[in-house]
Amino acid sequence: MTNLRTDVSAPPPGTVPYPGSRHSASAGREKKEIKLFSGFAHVALAIWGILVVAPLIWVVLASFKSNTEIFTAAPFSLPSKISFETYKTAWTEAHIGRYFLNSVFVVAVSTTGTMVFGSMAAYVLARYKFVGNRFIYYLFVSGLAFPVFMAIVPLFLILQNLNLLNTYTGLILVYIAYSLPFTVFFMTAFFKTLPNHVAEAAIVDGASHTRLFFQVMLPMARSGLVSITIFNIVGQWNQYLLPVAIMQGQGADQKWVLTQGIANISVSAGYQANWAALFAALTLSILPMIIVYAFFQRQIQSGLTAGATK
Amino acid sequence: MKHGRYPFIIGFLIVPVAIYGTFVVAAYLQAFQLSFTNWRGFSPDVNYIGFDNFTKLFHDNVFWKAIQHHILLLIFLPLLTIILALFFAFLLNVGGGSKGGRTRGVWGSKVYRVVFFFPQLLALALVAVIFARVYSPDESGLINGLLHQFGGDPILFLADKNLALWSILAVLVWQAVGFYVVLFSAGMGSIPTEIYEAAALDGATRGTLFFKVTLPLLWNTLQVAWVYLGIAAFDAFALVNVMSVDRGGPDGATTVLGLEIFRNMQDYAQFGYASAMGVVLFFLTITFAALTLRVTRRDAVEL
Repeated sequence: MTNLRTDVSAPPPGTVPYPGSRHSASAGREKKEIKLFSGFAHVALAIWGILVVAPLIWVVLASFKSNTEIFTAAPFSLPSKISFETYKTAWTEAHIGRYFLNSVFVVAVSTTGTMVFGSMAAYVLARYKFVGNRFIYYLFVSGLAFPVFMAIVPLFLILQNLNLLNTYTGLILVYIAYSLPFTVFFMTAFFKTLPNHVAEAAIVDGASHTRLFFQVMLPMARSGLVSITIFNIVGQWNQYLLPVAIMQGQGADQKWVLTQGIANISVSAGYQANWAALFAALTLSILPMIIVYAFFQRQIQSGLTAGATK
Repeated sequence: MKHGRYPFIIGFLIVPVAIYGTFVVAAYLQAFQLSFTNWRGFSPDVNYIGFDNFTKLFHDNVFWKAIQHHILLLIFLPLLTIILALFFAFLLNVGGGSKGGRTRGVWGSKVYRVVFFFPQLLALALVAVIFARVYSPDESGLINGLLHQFGGDPILFLADKNLALWSILAVLVWQAVGFYVVLFSAGMGSIPTEIYEAAALDGATRGTLFFKVTLPLLWNTLQVAWVYLGIAAFDAFALVNVMSVDRGGPDGATTVLGLEIFRNMQDYAQFGYASAMGVVLFFLTITFAALTLRVTRRDAVEL
């Protein structure tokens, strides 16, 4: 729709200092007005910044408190003593460690699968003419228009028939299937932009179609692949509806992914709850996100916004 | 070069198309089919009952409650998120005042952007768990803990029928704003500075700059944002399922279609009825998206 660049590191308009500032009689007043506005801007921005960060800091602080302390002490008071007892409980009794590893496993396999199959399909659809090309392309893209909720009942029945309910295989295949529309849509557009002459040169050199794809075209599509891989990792890691629908039945709680596990602790906690352990569990699942985000924030921002700018 | 072309094409397409066909295309087609049956999953033969599920749906109070909630979310989620995000993006990009006719971003705008964006990375289910605690009705909650500290009366965010849905809406806005700040900032960044310069030289104030320059040039991005947020307003399943009092309560005050579909499938095994709701949800979403794009269509301002 638009062709906005999502490269957020691009300087905002006019950050380049103007060579030689204008001198005029009103310069002094202008400066004052600027300071005032800039001050106002900082106050407004800082307030939202605090609103974003406060709940997260509060969660981390509460994770070190005892259950009684959570009720009696002020919300942002420091814990009376630093103890990792709650973390031990979260890791062993609430199985956060297990859920975390389940999530890592499922997302690693399904994102890899999505990228391999998605870019294979997109490549063929973008660069080869054959009967049915448009039909298959629109079949994939139309998937973007349908809400997943509509498919959830039949999906459950299909998996039941295939004996894939409550299995990682089922969950991974479903993740791949539901990530394909956007991946194919995005990568097809991307492969179309790649120059023809490189491909032609490779063909003259006698490269096969398969080799051309893996050794020439894929490396050239790297920036697109990175964006869409991040998009898929975040999307699949955060998925909640699909695992809740698919990972159920006998012994399912051993196979739950992180979102499901945490949500379940919260929902089933009731009045006897060990809130401190829940806070520890939350901290354990937020922390890796903060670390990954700290290193890759630029790529993550452009990867996630890529969807809205195409 | 010609040889091996078709085997190659087929080889590359067969697996993705098979996976997609089995789990996505077949599922959506079956959803339409199931919506005309009263199938409950036990008997092997399926009874077609015409439009009975849909008639039943239109007489179902819970369904209309859910629709009302979607309408409320559909109006306020995009409105609040876009206004806040535009405001912050504008401050970030041109809040630093102008120097020699050039507008500048505020100091530290990069830090703000990084912080604002972070909630987008957290799973909605996780955010729901965090805010279920933030809103806790007793002193263990963040807000009521603070209120208690300053001698205020506790507010029952999620247990009060009139507050519950708004509390959930606030969480959706909390998570979404940062994403749109980054999106709009990128859009504003691609507006050539000469336009701002020229306008500033002509004596345009910041307000004029915003309404006459920034907004028209961002129109396409705003449209996309509205459609995205509208589609999110038709979801809200994770939040309602985790946060609300007895799933969609109190007394159905927060229920959404996604939750009702799930409930009919899992708790009552009403596969046909749940599918009918899914079909209605599909038509609502698609109508909304088409309407938005149509109503807000304007001649794009070419740069």
